Amino acid sequence: MATSSEVSAAEIRPASLWRLTWRRLLRQRSAQVGGLILLLLVLTAIFAPVIAPYDPLEVLIGKEDVRKREAPCIHLLGCPPDKPQHIMGIDGNFRDVFSRVIYGTRVSLFVGFTTVTFAIIAGTLLGAISGYAGGWVDNVIMRLMDVLMAFPSLLLAIAIVAVLGRGLQNALLAIAIVSTPVYARVVRASVLSLKEREFVQASRALGAGHAHILLRRILPNALPPLIVQATLGVATAILDAAALSFLGLGAQPPTPEWGTMLGTERNQVFTAPHLVFFPGLAIMITVLAFNLLGDGLRDALDPRLKQ
Amino acid sequence: MLQYTIRRLLLAIPVLFGILLVTFVLARAIPGDPCKAMLGEKATPEVCERFYEEHGLNDPVPVQFAVYMGKVLRGDLGTSIRFSRPVSIIILERLPTTVELSLAALTLAVLIGIPLGIISAVYRNSPVDVGTMVLANTGVSMPVYWLGLILAYTFALLLKDTPFWLPPAGRLSAGVVAKPFYEVFGWDVGTEGARYFVLEFFANMYVLNSLITRDWAVLKDALQHLALPAMALSTIPLSIIARMTRSSMLEVLRQDYIKAARAKGLRRHIVILKHALRNALLPIVTIIGLQVGLLFSGAVLTETIFSFAGVGRMLFEAITARDYPVIQGFTVVIALIYVGVNLLVDLSYVLVDPRIRLE
Repeated sequence: MATSSEVSAAEIRPASLWRLTWRRLLRQRSAQVGGLILLLLVLTAIFAPVIAPYDPLEVLIGKEDVRKREAPCIHLLGCPPDKPQHIMGIDGNFRDVFSRVIYGTRVSLFVGFTTVTFAIIAGTLLGAISGYAGGWVDNVIMRLMDVLMAFPSLLLAIAIVAVLGRGLQNALLAIAIVSTPVYARVVRASVLSLKEREFVQASRALGAGHAHILLRRILPNALPPLIVQATLGVATAILDAAALSFLGLGAQPPTPEWGTMLGTERNQVFTAPHLVFFPGLAIMITVLAFNLLGDGLRDALDPRLKQ
Repeated sequence: MLQYTIRRLLLAIPVLFGILLVTFVLARAIPGDPCKAMLGEKATPEVCERFYEEHGLNDPVPVQFAVYMGKVLRGDLGTSIRFSRPVSIIILERLPTTVELSLAALTLAVLIGIPLGIISAVYRNSPVDVGTMVLANTGVSMPVYWLGLILAYTFALLLKDTPFWLPPAGRLSAGVVAKPFYEVFGWDVGTEGARYFVLEFFANMYVLNSLITRDWAVLKDALQHLALPAMALSTIPLSIIARMTRSSMLEVLRQDYIKAARAKGLRRHIVILKHALRNALLPIVTIIGLQVGLLFSGAVLTETIFSFAGVGRMLFEAITARDYPVIQGFTVVIALIYVGVNLLVDLSYVLVDPRIRLE
């Protein structure tokens, strides 16, 4: 049995920030729940063709005995076994709602990740330049961000979509533009506080160039708040994209997108509530997963907050 | 503080200029021909030419912007292309609706959110706390329009023959008229001028108006119509306020002076409400101020669901119809409100925490 003096150097090496964070994250209840839901969602998106009993665009009229906007038929809950099972019912175009909701996972996750990736890249670039350069560059960039932030985000997104034209791609771009200022501010704040620190000064004294200092010294240390913001940002992006689609500006029918599904059937809420209920529930669960994970990440990356 | 206010207002000028510029450029960049959008696809070139001339759309864009800026500074927001009515009048009709809806939602959010947050913090990790936080997390994740539809289904259909029935659309029932209070009092205010504007603005908030005129039947009807949209719109702010109150209270409750206050025999609720809450209030006030933007975004969706003739809905329709003056006018007003609310929030810090000196 090894005594403490015999413990090798490798074992007493302090855990890295990331490993510590990972361990703390695994202990967080909200991160556990959020991560688990997210994992299920990703699996759903990947295996959508296996899970969905029908093609999301398949019109079942003439193929099966279904009525327009028929209520859910679940065999376990007493639906006659001779009727085809549609656990979320049939929509206004004789399509299986469950299959459409399953395929919708793909669209929503894609929306969340692409918009946030774009916003992070643009925001990091702007924020880093702004914070590092200071002076009038900082002033111009940040006033521009102020202007963008002076508009309620959804209204600005609507206006941008109006300029670019309807459609999922333009809606994504609009949401990415609208969410850029947040990242720019987060990164700028980190850069401002980091650039005067000793390790950055040391790097500068050693003759490192601006690009090296910014990319290799400052930005890696500015990552934690950015990661938290990004996770929460995916939630907002999914919510906003669904809202645009709901208003008819984002994904266009027959795309199986949750917001579009809700928007096209919203007037049927009193006669066929299932057409409204399930897509909305799907949006909520997805957004909830990212919110929980983001909260958990924040607590894990900044243990002071939790105390 | 006066100096601070003035400086903040001066600092807002470049931002407001930027807002005007962005709105103007965005509005001009919307593809499509406003003439065809307004007068129909079959409008002849001659008709369109007259239309452009009338609305100043033939001038170079920088000239259009300069003319527009000059008018805005004089308080003239132009005339709606779609309705041929002054934009200011349309705002006068629509803005009170949204303000009333947003205020109702914010009131609900504050009145429910803060107590929930306090209870959660005081009974930390109890089932009440866990339950509240699960609800709050669900609340921020909910699409407003979905919740609105579910509420409409529940209250207008499922509870149809119960006393809990609530109307799913509109601001007043058919046949109910909210007579402006200045008419009831027999004031002659004309139809223009600042006085008319202010009075009409408040008269268009039906709940307030019927309170002033003591018309209880209209008040009940207006409140019933306001209930569902306000509930839907309040969920997200409510959840955010509850979470912020909880974490802010937890921070304060740990401190020694709280223990000291309890140790000297003060009652628990006095310590919580007077000693702790007062000091926990600052971040809560900040977060309440930040909700205003969210409320306006949410208003577009809520007003769509509940057929509320408010600013959000109007702006959405104006963008779709390329009604430039309305787009510009409404955006400017919304941005102004935004800047104003942020200033108010900053000023309120002094009230909440007398140690703060604004400079």
